Amino acid sequence: MPATPAPSTTAPPDGTASLGLSLRGVVKTFGALRAVDGLDLDVRAGTCLGLLGPNGAGKSTTMRLLTAQAVADEGTIEVLGFPVPEQSKQARAQMGVVPQQDNLDIELTVRQNLQVFARLYRLPRAGRNAAVERALEVAQLTGRADTRVDDLSGGMRRRLLIARALVHRPRLVLLDEPTVGLDPQVRQELWALVDALRSEGVTVLMSTHYIEEAERLADDVAVMSAGRVIAFGTPTALTVEHAGSRVLEVYGPPSRLLEVERVAAAAGLPTRRTGPAVAVLRAEAAPAAVTDALPDAVVRPSTLEDVFVLLTGEKVE
Amino acid sequence: MSAPVSSRTAPSRLRRIEPAALGAVVFREATMFRRYWRSTTFSSVVEPTIYLLAFGFGFGSLVARVAGYDYIDFVGTGIVATAVLFGSAFPGMFGTFIKRVFQKTYDAVLATPVDTEELVAAEALWIALRSGVLGVVPMLVAIAFGLQPSWGMLLVPLIGALTGFGFAAFGIWVSGIVPSIDSFGYVISAVVTPLFLVAGTFFPIDGLPGWASTAALLNPLYHCVELVRSAVFGFSLLTDLGHVAALAVFGVVMWLLAVRRLRARLVL
Repeated sequence: MPATPAPSTTAPPDGTASLGLSLRGVVKTFGALRAVDGLDLDVRAGTCLGLLGPNGAGKSTTMRLLTAQAVADEGTIEVLGFPVPEQSKQARAQMGVVPQQDNLDIELTVRQNLQVFARLYRLPRAGRNAAVERALEVAQLTGRADTRVDDLSGGMRRRLLIARALVHRPRLVLLDEPTVGLDPQVRQELWALVDALRSEGVTVLMSTHYIEEAERLADDVAVMSAGRVIAFGTPTALTVEHAGSRVLEVYGPPSRLLEVERVAAAAGLPTRRTGPAVAVLRAEAAPAAVTDALPDAVVRPSTLEDVFVLLTGEKVE
Repeated sequence: MSAPVSSRTAPSRLRRIEPAALGAVVFREATMFRRYWRSTTFSSVVEPTIYLLAFGFGFGSLVARVAGYDYIDFVGTGIVATAVLFGSAFPGMFGTFIKRVFQKTYDAVLATPVDTEELVAAEALWIALRSGVLGVVPMLVAIAFGLQPSWGMLLVPLIGALTGFGFAAFGIWVSGIVPSIDSFGYVISAVVTPLFLVAGTFFPIDGLPGWASTAALLNPLYHCVELVRSAVFGFSLLTDLGHVAALAVFGVVMWLLAVRRLRARLVL
């Protein structure tokens, strides 16, 4: 890795930091696979961007590119104003990473894990203990501080991973599938943590394939497919742009669903299958011929899930 | 959730190799070591000590003196190198592999302001310090059986650490090459065992055939054995500086190779 010239302040070189991070034309290949394929993405400072996409869309590779744990073949990356990978070390000093895979030191206690990372992030000796106590409090793990990680529940371990990423009070936090595999209650707890980050003005990039998570937490959503962003905007704007404001949903046997799809296609309206139902999007623009043909339809508001399935063709988890 | 969760703090300067980064990684290792020091120390100390007793008293009953030394003195000093080798190459290989592949520890570390050079240097440094200390134990056993103490023995941990750095880096390098943890068996049989046997620990290398004797000079462990004997029985300045230089070059070359290999594995 190239030498990392050091700015003398904590601010990025341009001093503006209007963007938390920026990727332009980024390509990353693994053999014949183009995992990231001309990715353009901006995350405004102080906002939460949800990176939404099916498995294999390139979300985790994008996360690794931002920490220089993968190096792009083409394109430019800036994180907190620092070019990456050239000045990645400076950027990493001011960011926290919550990985998808639990990589805690399971033989150490909660407190010891945080103490190790307080040092890795170069916190000064005088402030280390306070930083560890604060991180314990943020993650609501103060009462388990001296428990070995081995003995924690899955939810507590996730909270510790987040606390570990926050111990140095980063300006940017990368969350890679932060709630995957967790039960709804723990997921709510972690969402509260991310909410707290946003209210503190921390920039958050969160990859997820849970639609609800993106809707609940993200200021902006980027839908990724095959290594590039295929849609970008606020959850509401994305929904209106791609799925309209209303959806007609019809339940029935396969023959009925096929018939509904034919009617919608004839009127130029997009549809999507959801198990035993078919949803006709942009229902507000549906001509009378469609509404008359679908007397059994249920009207509901459009959702980001409709957009996701429409754009990626993937089933939703 | 009352505590503030973010601020704008960051280290003011970040250079390519930072003592603070090395210290943080070593701190992690030392914290972990408090958990498993008994088993590690046991295996690192007992095995060379058994070699010492077996060769010193078994073979020593047949051969009274070798290369001008009582055999127990000859083996008791030489076996330090064996303890250093076992205490550095094996943790370098197995420990690094486990942390990289199974525990994903290095992914976590490299997401912080620590680079691969620092990670490898710190891992090797910690193992070196540990093996330098543990390497002394067989010598202490030898003292109990008649090896005369000397002031030069105080330098033996440093010699062990210098040697251990190279072999730890060797282990880290190998851990980045092998496809699976089972593959270490090939390395141990084909590389580590010959190094261990042909280092002048149990018999002088000048009794070997010419080619083997020359090849042994390329064995870093031989230079460790010679340095330890010099520390205990008396230095020969120029020759011993040559041994130090050989170990230093070995350490630097292995560190460079380990960094290159580990980076290829960790940075996609």
